[in-house]
Amino acid sequence: MDTLILVIIGLVAGPILGGLIAGLDRRVTAWFQSRQGPPIMQAFYDVAKLLGKEKMVVNQWQILCAWVYLIAAATSVALFFAQGDLLLIFFVQAVGAVFLVMGAMAAKSPYSQVGAQRELMQILAYEPVLILVFVGFYLVTGSFSIEAVWSQEMPLLAKMPLLYLALGYALTIKLRKSPFDFSTSHHGHQELVKGVLTEYSGPYLALIEIAHWYETILVLGLCALFWHTNVAWMAVLLVATYMLEILVDNTMARMTWRWMLKRVWVLGMGMSVVNLIWLYAG
Amino acid sequence: MFGSFIKKSRAKSPWIMHFDCGSCNGCDIEVLACLTPLYDVERFGVINVGNPKHADVLLVTGTVNHRNKKVLKNIYDQMPEPKAVIAIGACGNSGGVFREAYNVVGGVDKVIPVDVYVPGCPAKPEAIIDGVVAGLAKFAQKVEEA
Repeated sequence: MDTLILVIIGLVAGPILGGLIAGLDRRVTAWFQSRQGPPIMQAFYDVAKLLGKEKMVVNQWQILCAWVYLIAAATSVALFFAQGDLLLIFFVQAVGAVFLVMGAMAAKSPYSQVGAQRELMQILAYEPVLILVFVGFYLVTGSFSIEAVWSQEMPLLAKMPLLYLALGYALTIKLRKSPFDFSTSHHGHQELVKGVLTEYSGPYLALIEIAHWYETILVLGLCALFWHTNVAWMAVLLVATYMLEILVDNTMARMTWRWMLKRVWVLGMGMSVVNLIWLYAG
Repeated sequence: MFGSFIKKSRAKSPWIMHFDCGSCNGCDIEVLACLTPLYDVERFGVINVGNPKHADVLLVTGTVNHRNKKVLKNIYDQMPEPKAVIAIGACGNSGGVFREAYNVVGGVDKVIPVDVYVPGCPAKPEAIIDGVVAGLAKFAQKVEEA
């Protein structure tokens, strides 16, 4: 029964928090550029407007792919709140990511195609890091279940600091922030006219936006697990991490996918492996 | 309740697409000036998108000629309803000084329905922002009637 309540909390709080974070993100970004920025609720206005628009699709695949992406993202957040298995969460969110790429591939538009290829590269970069972080959880707690994390005395950050930094890479890629925003991007960057999202419009674009909020919450939730012993410190850690993300987003230029693969595989996976060896030996 | 939130959101989140039908670039840089920190239209939720499928408002600058009228029509058709069109500058409104030229069709309204005309050569950023606000009011009304 408790699990069910937690699942419902996750499903409801996920998009609300995600939307607020997206709104705050735009405010802080505007502040960096000495502008005022839109209201905090802006992300909700955007999605509500999109939901009310005409349903235009290139083909039926897009509808399916948008829905599967949303359902997979929501399911992974629900599993996370239900203290589920980290590996299962990983696989469910991977299904969502793959369907986003499939939706983009379903349209013939070159922008959408190039965006899909780049999205695949991004998946290729962050998924190994994510799985290594989960292996780190296993080495510390002896289980892939989130429940095992709560029984730990010490914050996990003390035992896996390098894995946290590597998770930061995954977070930046997942949030599609500079320098990793080449499959699609927020705001005025228009190199690929939204890449994977080019061919989506109206309500289906809204579905993808909501799914994106869920994914943001999922990755931030994973970050939160690193300081589970104290809620205040958990909040400090999350705020600091997200502020750093926004800072990086605003101070970095977009890079190429080759640069990303090199950087994330060598540095991200390197740090993860060093941390794993330390955990294994220690 | 959700329906009224959607209606309210329409005016709060106009995503703009800017199409240049061969303008002299005067109006275009004024449109872009609206997005700079000085005018900062993003505080009204405006985003300058590069994709007609994501856009709510189409800003057209420049004289429409026989070459680009098909492109203009195509872009307009790709925008999902509800949508608004705003013609900017003397050229967009009527063809401007080029209206008598043999290759010129005339104003934007010869090809697609225009909701708001923003005069000027070039149009001032304040006038463009005004035009967008008026356009949003118009399209809210259109949705109400439909």
